[in-house]
Amino acid sequence: MPSNRVPDMVLSGLEPLVVNETTGFVNVGERSNVTGSRKFARLIQEENYEEAVDIARVQVEDGAQIIDVNMDDAMLDGEAAMVRYLNLLASEPDVAKVPFMIDSSKWSIIEAGLKCVQGKAIVNSISLKEGEEPFLRQARRIKLYGAAVVVMAFDTDGQADTFERRIEICERSYHLLVDKIGFPPQDIVFDPNIFPVATGIPEHNNYCVDFFAATRWIKDNLPGAKVSGGVSNVSFSFRGNDTVREAMHSVFLYHAIKAGMDMGIVNAGMLTIYDDIPADLLEHVEDVVLNRRDDAAERLVDFAESVKENASASKESDKLKWREWGLQERLTHALVKGITEYIEVDTEEARLAANKPIKVIEGPLMDGMNVVGDLFGAGKMFLPQVVKSARVMKKAVAYLLPYIEEEKRLSGTEGESNGVIIMATVKGDVHDIGKNIVGVVLSCNNYEVIDLGVMVPAEDILEAAEKHNADIIGLSGLITPSLDEMVNVAQLMQKRGMSTPLLIGGATTSKVHTAVKIEPQYNEPVVHVLDASKSVPVVSQLLSSSKAVFVSNLQDEYQGVREANARKRGNKIFTPLADARARAFKTDWANYQPTKPQFIGNRTFKDYPLADIRARFDWTPFFKTWELHGKFPRILEDEIVGEEATQLYRDAQAMLDQLIADKSLQCDAVIGFYPAEALDGDVTRLYRDEARTDTAAHLNHLRQQADRPDGRAYRSLADFVAPAHSGVDDYMGAFVVSCHGADELAKQFEADHDDYNAIMVKALADRFAEAFAELMHEKVRKEYWGYAGDETLDNEALIAEKYQGIRPAPGYPACPEHSEKATLFELLDATSATGTELTDSYAMLPASSVSGWYFAHPEARYFGLGKIDRDQVEDYATRKGWDLETAERWLRPTLGYDEL
Amino acid sequence: MNAASHASTTERLQQILRQRVMVLDGAMGTSIQGYPLEEADFRKGHFEDHPSPLKGNNDLLSLTRPEIIEEIHDSFFEVGCDFACTNAFSATTIAQADYGLEYAVRDINIAAAQCARRSADRWTAKTPDQPRFVVGCLGPTNRTASISPDVNDPGKRLVSFDNLVTAYREAAEALVDGGVDMIMVETVFDTLNAKAAVFAVLQMKEDRGIDLPLMVSGTITDASGRTLSGQTPEAFWVSLQHGELFSIGLNCALGADDMLPHIVALDKHADCLVSAHPNAGLPNEFGEYDQDPEQMAALVEPYLSEGHVNIIGGCCGTTPAHLAQLKALADRYSPRQPKPEAVDAV
Repeated sequence: MPSNRVPDMVLSGLEPLVVNETTGFVNVGERSNVTGSRKFARLIQEENYEEAVDIARVQVEDGAQIIDVNMDDAMLDGEAAMVRYLNLLASEPDVAKVPFMIDSSKWSIIEAGLKCVQGKAIVNSISLKEGEEPFLRQARRIKLYGAAVVVMAFDTDGQADTFERRIEICERSYHLLVDKIGFPPQDIVFDPNIFPVATGIPEHNNYCVDFFAATRWIKDNLPGAKVSGGVSNVSFSFRGNDTVREAMHSVFLYHAIKAGMDMGIVNAGMLTIYDDIPADLLEHVEDVVLNRRDDAAERLVDFAESVKENASASKESDKLKWREWGLQERLTHALVKGITEYIEVDTEEARLAANKPIKVIEGPLMDGMNVVGDLFGAGKMFLPQVVKSARVMKKAVAYLLPYIEEEKRLSGTEGESNGVIIMATVKGDVHDIGKNIVGVVLSCNNYEVIDLGVMVPAEDILEAAEKHNADIIGLSGLITPSLDEMVNVAQLMQKRGMSTPLLIGGATTSKVHTAVKIEPQYNEPVVHVLDASKSVPVVSQLLSSSKAVFVSNLQDEYQGVREANARKRGNKIFTPLADARARAFKTDWANYQPTKPQFIGNRTFKDYPLADIRARFDWTPFFKTWELHGKFPRILEDEIVGEEATQLYRDAQAMLDQLIADKSLQCDAVIGFYPAEALDGDVTRLYRDEARTDTAAHLNHLRQQADRPDGRAYRSLADFVAPAHSGVDDYMGAFVVSCHGADELAKQFEADHDDYNAIMVKALADRFAEAFAELMHEKVRKEYWGYAGDETLDNEALIAEKYQGIRPAPGYPACPEHSEKATLFELLDATSATGTELTDSYAMLPASSVSGWYFAHPEARYFGLGKIDRDQVEDYATRKGWDLETAERWLRPTLGYDEL
Repeated sequence: MNAASHASTTERLQQILRQRVMVLDGAMGTSIQGYPLEEADFRKGHFEDHPSPLKGNNDLLSLTRPEIIEEIHDSFFEVGCDFACTNAFSATTIAQADYGLEYAVRDINIAAAQCARRSADRWTAKTPDQPRFVVGCLGPTNRTASISPDVNDPGKRLVSFDNLVTAYREAAEALVDGGVDMIMVETVFDTLNAKAAVFAVLQMKEDRGIDLPLMVSGTITDASGRTLSGQTPEAFWVSLQHGELFSIGLNCALGADDMLPHIVALDKHADCLVSAHPNAGLPNEFGEYDQDPEQMAALVEPYLSEGHVNIIGGCCGTTPAHLAQLKALADRYSPRQPKPEAVDAV
């Protein structure tokens, strides 16, 4: 049908670029993109446009036929950066000869770019994401500016991720553009969404196959339309492993071009020749790309491990190049890269070369670890990498140990470390991930770390310190009662007349608490350590000749903190408890019809399917555990930690696969519902029976007391349950979820000197517990209590807590007093139901546990109690049957006044 | 002017152009230089009290000495030209800013259009079988949107796309209000300027609901074979193809001999009509153009004998005598045939 032939797409810079069958695949250079290239992002941030222009030049020299320019960064004035960069490129004939792709998710940036290019550019991209009206409006403007357009397969329902959705959206977009506004069909380029595969999520497995099919369909059914896409996405799961990534890109393109893909955003330097891909790698990659077998992803991940170490080298021969290096270089390389594979061979070689085995540790291994330490200190390595380095170091040391013992036996000498550090999680607390990380970091720096574990009584800590002649004691804790225990340890140390510096760390600890509560108890240095990366500088200064200066500065600083804190406290105005209660949050109970739960009493869920829970993970806190800060999934693309976060994420996914396959973790839950009514004085009464005769428990709540503006309520959880006199039959719920098994697995890893995986498994167990709590809460809302049966929220909305009702946990901001957890456990009989135990300080064991109350009222909100005044503490003591001192101890973090 | 009459302009033009090569006029500037004009001629009746000198601002003459401009249009129509281009090369707020005359831009364009319209209508009445047409000119302005004025800051620009769109829109509205049949964005040395002009005209056409033939004519400035902003003729065409152009072409800067290969390139790629109006050779050391009408005609002949153009005309240094020669050539040869590939595209 020659008369229906659509003309070729022709773009232009200073020269024309024809895109047709004879042109072949068009490479779009991807490096001038702040979201895709860290280097480019940095250059733009630093306004080093000269080098940024060079990046475009190099791409053109490397064969890029179009240059993609993207300035989408929250920290940038994207429009200004786009304009400046395009204007500069216009002055570089070597670059400006090719057409530009103006790439942004913001229309204003696209339009700013279109106003700078004399040639015919491509806009990347527009879509039906916000409906037809903006789509057509933008397309009309693009037509006026004289550009081609990339249309994403995206509509108001989201991004297309199946074949059917892809073609449906592309077809609709095409006809809108061509029939409604006369957009030249040859200037329409579809991006049917290239998504990462081998992510560990089975739904992702067919992404490539669907892309190929959609490409074929578009080329067959939408005359003139082109197909493009961001190719690097496909290998996203393998960031850091260029060999596998390059192979995936080439394999993907090989099949995509066969299907009719016309152009793609690629890193021209990150492509290998399809035929050059080794047969085994090719098979594994094609299994994944073509979704040829169910375990393709797992197999490629495993296989990728074996081809991983050849970081930047793509040739097979370069893969083990470092094995030809000198011994020290090899040891350093293995330590920096965390490669355990050859460490014993190399350590043996070093041992044979050294006159004493201990010299291997003091010499080459420590030299290597110093490189790691320097890189970490300079922010060039991240915690997960350092932990992997430690794994290599421990393996080497373990290998040398028998020789050292033998040597010692013969000569009676001892190796020297930088210092001995006793570490412990204090009595009543079971949380140790942070402490373990600090221990690893310190041992990397050649400190001898003696880890006493969790729930360690003060006396045991001090005895161990004396016995090992410790240079420093480090205390860790996560729950608020641990703060008191740390004060207790400090007091004991003073009483014993010790001189060992004391380090304080853990999530609830703070510089203020350390300065105000702990440091005054002990005449020797007490230092709050914010995170693992701070531990080495603190320890090294405490053990150096400049200790006196460091300590004196520190004491000045803490004195300042205390004074500032006292001033702040002095300013605090509290409302008398009676007035605060009078200004409680009020709701119209007469018009509230509570939903009756499906059952009254408790129900236990044993061994809940792990895969279901995994889908509900909130990953952001996981990265935080590893001291990688940023929101998931953006963190995977982060300029600084993105690569490491991706690696960590991939390791986590691999371990999750294993944990689920082996069923080596167990998630149990118990939930319960009880008829409930609010009594005067911030107490809720729960009943065991619907008739409301058999009282199950009294819950004691606290109420905000810090001065609030007029009209604002003084909140308490007590306000979210209908009062006894309202005549409304209300209910409350409670839950405990636990993830069992992580401690045992961690011990196995530790025995194998593998702290990385030991920490990993615990961090994942925490995620299981949190996700399980979230999942149970949803089931409660929709089903077991059923007050929100019609709720439809995705995981992100769930993480953002957009649902009705709350599940506050004793010990957290709305109800910070931990002892109420005992009531909760009794109600649920949790210890026999889920095997979850409570320590003296009301920490839950296993540590990967979550508990809390369920409130259903639509106006129930999370809030922070803040500080409370003495009248409420006295009232609370009376309610709990405590003396004032006991009440003050449990409420210490919330006390708004100084105890006597 | 209403929509119907513009649409019929396009149709009538296309009908004529299927039969023969049409002829643009010659140099307005060169013709004006033939009149002994003083400062007072540029002010008369309109700019008497203007604080700065206005001599040399030829566009003002459409207001102050309209009879001269009409006479020049008449002189070209007399030798058989089909089109009169408005005396409005610098009639944009951007170019007139140098004289402090931004406020007069609308009046200048209306007056320029009316001068050409009156002359054209007279000649159409005189030779009804050869209707004459008025082309409203949008010049390049004296600012470039994609070239830096400062070698030390290649990212710097003295004019933005938005400024240009505003300026071109204002000029184009006035030209249409003054009665032009079509618009020509001419002497384009920076394609981004031309894209702004096209943007303005396309928007105006849509807003007014008119079908106004749009011609674009670029300038290849030197032996590099590129526009001043660096594009090849093909890239130039590709960059402006979206403008629903009536014609694409080249003018100025080069003589017919040096321009030919670039016209051949446009002829090969363009799916619209092709125009050319070269200079009468290159200027000599006094800034004068030396090619006489016969010399120029000899160099232009291949344009027509080889069928590269649909519209021919003259730029700097071309007088009615030159155009008489070109008209004779145009009548001797048949027009450029649209390329087979291009047919599919329409």
